[in-house]
Amino acid sequence: MLRLEKRPQPSKNWSYGAPLLAVVLTIILGMGLFAILGKDPVIAIKTIFWDPVFGQFAHFYRPEVVKKAAPLVLIAVGLSFGFRAGIWNIGAEGQYIIGAICGAGVALAVYPYDTRWVLFPLMIVAGALGGFLWAMIPALLRVFFKTNEILVSLMLVYVAEVLIKAFSIGLLRNPEGYGMPGSRNLRQYPAAANLDLISGTGFHWGALTAVFAVVVAYVMFTRHQFGFNVRLAGQSPRAAGFAGVNANKLIIVCLGLSGAMAGLAGLFEVAGPSGQILGSFPSYYGFTAIIVAFLGRLNPIGILLAGLLMALTYIGGQAAEAQLNLPSAAILTFQGMLLFCLLAVDVLTNYRFKIGKAEVR
Amino acid sequence: MDINPILLLAALMVASTPILLAAIGELVVERSGVLNLGVEGMMIVGAVCGYIAGHSSGNPYLGFVGAAAAGAALSLIFAVLTQFLLTNQVATGLGLTMFGLGLSSLIGQGSKGSPDLTVSKLHIPLLADIPVIGPILFQHDVMVYLSVAIVAGVWAFLKYSRAGLILRAVGENHDAAHALGYNVRAVRVLAIMFGGACAGLAGAYISLVRVPQWIDGITAGAGWIALAIVVFASWKPWRLIAGAYLFGGVTVLQLNLQAEGLKIPVEYLSMAPYLATIVVLVMIRAGRAPASLGKSFHPST
Repeated sequence: MLRLEKRPQPSKNWSYGAPLLAVVLTIILGMGLFAILGKDPVIAIKTIFWDPVFGQFAHFYRPEVVKKAAPLVLIAVGLSFGFRAGIWNIGAEGQYIIGAICGAGVALAVYPYDTRWVLFPLMIVAGALGGFLWAMIPALLRVFFKTNEILVSLMLVYVAEVLIKAFSIGLLRNPEGYGMPGSRNLRQYPAAANLDLISGTGFHWGALTAVFAVVVAYVMFTRHQFGFNVRLAGQSPRAAGFAGVNANKLIIVCLGLSGAMAGLAGLFEVAGPSGQILGSFPSYYGFTAIIVAFLGRLNPIGILLAGLLMALTYIGGQAAEAQLNLPSAAILTFQGMLLFCLLAVDVLTNYRFKIGKAEVR
Repeated sequence: MDINPILLLAALMVASTPILLAAIGELVVERSGVLNLGVEGMMIVGAVCGYIAGHSSGNPYLGFVGAAAAGAALSLIFAVLTQFLLTNQVATGLGLTMFGLGLSSLIGQGSKGSPDLTVSKLHIPLLADIPVIGPILFQHDVMVYLSVAIVAGVWAFLKYSRAGLILRAVGENHDAAHALGYNVRAVRVLAIMFGGACAGLAGAYISLVRVPQWIDGITAGAGWIALAIVVFASWKPWRLIAGAYLFGGVTVLQLNLQAEGLKIPVEYLSMAPYLATIVVLVMIRAGRAPASLGKSFHPST
């Protein structure tokens, strides 16, 4: 009889080994899924994980992976603060959308403006502020009315999706777009465009910000009082209270921070890879970032690696869709399986399996 | 403005039924101390499985059975992960929703339905002929009444049965329940599966009655609204009906106002159900949640 026994101390080895084991397990399960769909599982896995990085057309795919990873990492790092403190911002997707609307809105309002060093920083501030304010709705409601931040932030995602649709055919529609939905393309607006910093690498301002966020978050968690308070509040809210951590302040800071970072990600996306305010702009980055945050074990460095891996499944998935006719929903399923495996193997960090019957307690 | 109030109220009951079904399942899960945020995922898998089972067998009721089975099967993943591998319930539930959205879209690819599969409306003798009340309350399909019956059943189960008392004990204090010799995990697994089956039924009601067809993402957040309604109802079965019908009312009214060509643009109106959820969450001070809600249980502690 197999049973679980709590380890006296969490295992260091498994805390690093578990994510790797999860990836291996997911690949095995994924091969099963692809086989059921009638695709050669080995070729499918190779198309998703190997070809975009090392294959013949890798020079085309690699920048795409960086572009996908940037918003995921940026949002996930922001979320990791709240998740560590037990504050569940599930609505990053909404904050991401609002950030994009606000940032692009500033640029479009002054079109055609040509002083980049004035406009671009303003857009960045507007994007971050938009995400921040959208996240303040669940934060303040939680603080003052004790409403559940999970549900409120999530409902606001649906509201944000409706808003961006409305704006793309209303207020922000391109006046020279012959009545087509969608705003002016910010990529063709030199003062506002978020293009590659080194051309052809996919490394744009958003990617730079994401790397910066990873470093800052790492320092915060390991060296700063705030990171300690966050961890304390998550592990033992009562102890945190006695230690003088203000729970309400923590809610506002954590939600505000994750909202601002999601807003930034939205701005960099709309000014760069996506280019337009459009009804189809929302792309589930805000939700996928939740997987990324957990895959990276809520650790900034881990999140960076996890973001790259997750971006790879997207880009590889698109390649597999084109070459092997693999349905795009298969990738979503695959990502869900990745999260399951990851959560499941986490048990090995804190518990060990024992064979034998437990004594009656 | 000429919205027929009788038709409006009748449509309200149909619109509310999926939310009510999903919410009563989740209520039982939460009363056992488990927070399953995967309702949306189980619902949408139920929707596609119910659609396929119904249309391939030609019998909508078999569709509902299939949907309940599919929802329960999917919830089993959540049960194993959270109860035996002690994973974080919030993250696992979110994963279940993503997995369900992807899986449903995979299963549903190329599925075709026949247009003449309909769930017949009952015409309850005598009662259905009462003016005003008849068309509103007594001319619906059987699932509408089943959803109310499940609520009544759950209420009686929790309040009067021994098993219901054990379930509540497990939800309030799993350590004490364990010390008394109750199998905490078994109780919770059963509760989770009941929640999954209800969510499956709810999904099938959307794809077989409400819409009725299969489209990707057809549940459009109804599972999340169901979660909100459980909080709104303070974990009490009867209040769920009020909550679900209130939200159904907002949805239906919004659709009717759109059809009436109100001055407000369509997009802004379609925000109404989500905004209403937030407003209600703020206005209603939630009652006391089950004390062990969302906490993992391991018999060693």
